Amino acid sequence: MKRMSSSELIFKVLSYFFISLFIILAAYPLIYVLSASLSGRAAYETGQVFLLPKDVNFQVYEILYARNGFWISYTNTLFYTVFGTIFSMTVSAMGAYALSKKRLKFRRQYNFFVVFTMWFSAGMIPSFLNYTSMGVDNKWGIVIAFGIQAYNIILLRNYFESVPQEIEEAARIDGANEFQLFTKIYLPMSTAALATVTLFYATSRWNGYFWASILLKNPHEKPLQVFLRSEIMTYRTLIENMVTDTLEFSPDSYAYAILICSIIPILIIYPYIQKYFARGVNLGGVKG
Amino acid sequence: MKHRLKHLSKHLKTEWQLYVLLIPMLIWFVLWVYKPMGGLLIAFKQYEPIKGVMGSSFVGLYNFKQLMFSSAFGAQFWTAFRNTLLINMYGLVFGFPVPIILALFFSEISKESFRKFSQTVLYLPHFLSEVTITGIVLTLLYHGVDQTGMLASMIYKINIFGHQLVQPGTKILETARYFRPMYIITGLWKESGYNSIVYFAAIMGVSPVLYEALKVDGGNKWQEIRFVTLPGMAPTLIIMLVLRIGRMLSVGYERVLLLYNTNVYSTADVLSTFVYRIGLEGTNKSLAGAADMFNAIIGFILVIGANFISRRVSDTSLW
Repeated sequence: MKRMSSSELIFKVLSYFFISLFIILAAYPLIYVLSASLSGRAAYETGQVFLLPKDVNFQVYEILYARNGFWISYTNTLFYTVFGTIFSMTVSAMGAYALSKKRLKFRRQYNFFVVFTMWFSAGMIPSFLNYTSMGVDNKWGIVIAFGIQAYNIILLRNYFESVPQEIEEAARIDGANEFQLFTKIYLPMSTAALATVTLFYATSRWNGYFWASILLKNPHEKPLQVFLRSEIMTYRTLIENMVTDTLEFSPDSYAYAILICSIIPILIIYPYIQKYFARGVNLGGVKG
Repeated sequence: MKHRLKHLSKHLKTEWQLYVLLIPMLIWFVLWVYKPMGGLLIAFKQYEPIKGVMGSSFVGLYNFKQLMFSSAFGAQFWTAFRNTLLINMYGLVFGFPVPIILALFFSEISKESFRKFSQTVLYLPHFLSEVTITGIVLTLLYHGVDQTGMLASMIYKINIFGHQLVQPGTKILETARYFRPMYIITGLWKESGYNSIVYFAAIMGVSPVLYEALKVDGGNKWQEIRFVTLPGMAPTLIIMLVLRIGRMLSVGYERVLLLYNTNVYSTADVLSTFVYRIGLEGTNKSLAGAADMFNAIIGFILVIGANFISRRVSDTSLW
């Protein structure tokens, strides 16, 4: 162990202190939301819930479980997430692979064509008119018309570029064509980048709200976020009307419970992929 | 010419598969990003839904004049413009340094497992949706007749040297002067950890030899940060600053839309929410389109300007 100077020691102590503080600041609201969703009415409304749930009961989750709109929107969001991510990933990975090849003619121009969209977009009204004129008002419309981001394409492209040239040449000699190179060599070698971009695409699909709330015509196709929003705005009257005398939880607990249900899938998947993206995301992603 | 064509057709014959992979992506960008740009023409038209953008009659700069100088919209537009700039300015002042400081702290955590854990926790809020985040904020700050959200009652207790930060009983969500702090703090909570990733990577990239050299010269920790770490991060800092300035006009409108209400328009309404209100909730698509165009052009000028300046002063640029 080498000796530390006093200024180093101070800074180290400060670092541990502030990082611990930030962890508490980041995690506490989420823990509170979980605890408040599980707590009994009296305990919550008299302000006794601080960190851990008090008078634990699951009534609020039972009510949520019985809500029709909840399951419909949940399944819809699963649909948007699964098919949307597959669609975005396929198009992005293929395009990024092509962009990574020096033998592609007009490569610079195509790159600019993609990167430009990070800096200039048509804006809300022209986009809206385009979506409606192209018939984007249903499930598949949402899957196809949204989700692809230049940033993610550049990230994948940079990763593909870093794969050693020799491997490709060896496969060429063995008679591999472009498609085989892409699927058998490049994709298996890029799992870290693919996992990172998949996480980005999947969360943005899972979290998608604005356009889905505006464009979808059929209320049975609305995703979870739209349901979540409308419940948050109306839950107080909704709950008071629903059960009058047997209410064991505060109406707020209901809002907290759906917030928890919307977060859980992210909490489950995120730690597995987290280890990849710290490596995958760096400046390479933002520079064209 | 003929020779060139021959060359090209030979190239396509051997490399056509590459173009098959490329084309779906190009088509996607054309259909969903470039095609609507043509729709910006709506800003110069008197839009009628039946005729479409192209068929509607041309009115020159009428919409822009209406937008900026008419009594019906002028005040709202300039308020939204000012709020957009102010929210971004505060976002820059507070949102830019925090992730850098966080990355410096991360780099000091020598216990690997603790650092990994802390990064995992602090990156997480980035992946939660705006609906979720604002849902938490709205519920925690709720001020009702018989009960008050946890965060609101905590804020009421804050008292600095006898000066009450927020009067107990204030409806925080409906008070104009609290909107921007609420927006900025929410953003800090959500993005600070995640935004520290690039800076952390930059710090890790600084050559250890430089630290050793400074140590031999007897430098202390503050000098180390000042003369080694920060200069080593400079390219990253500049690129991120350029990016940030380039996005000055694109406030995360989803969050504003989900947090604001009629009582706080004076501080909360930004250009995109203004566009949304008059063009999508309302029916004035041409006027909203003009505001869109205004937003897009200024935003674009900002990117080019910031990039130009950074290339001049530091040889670092986006393109």
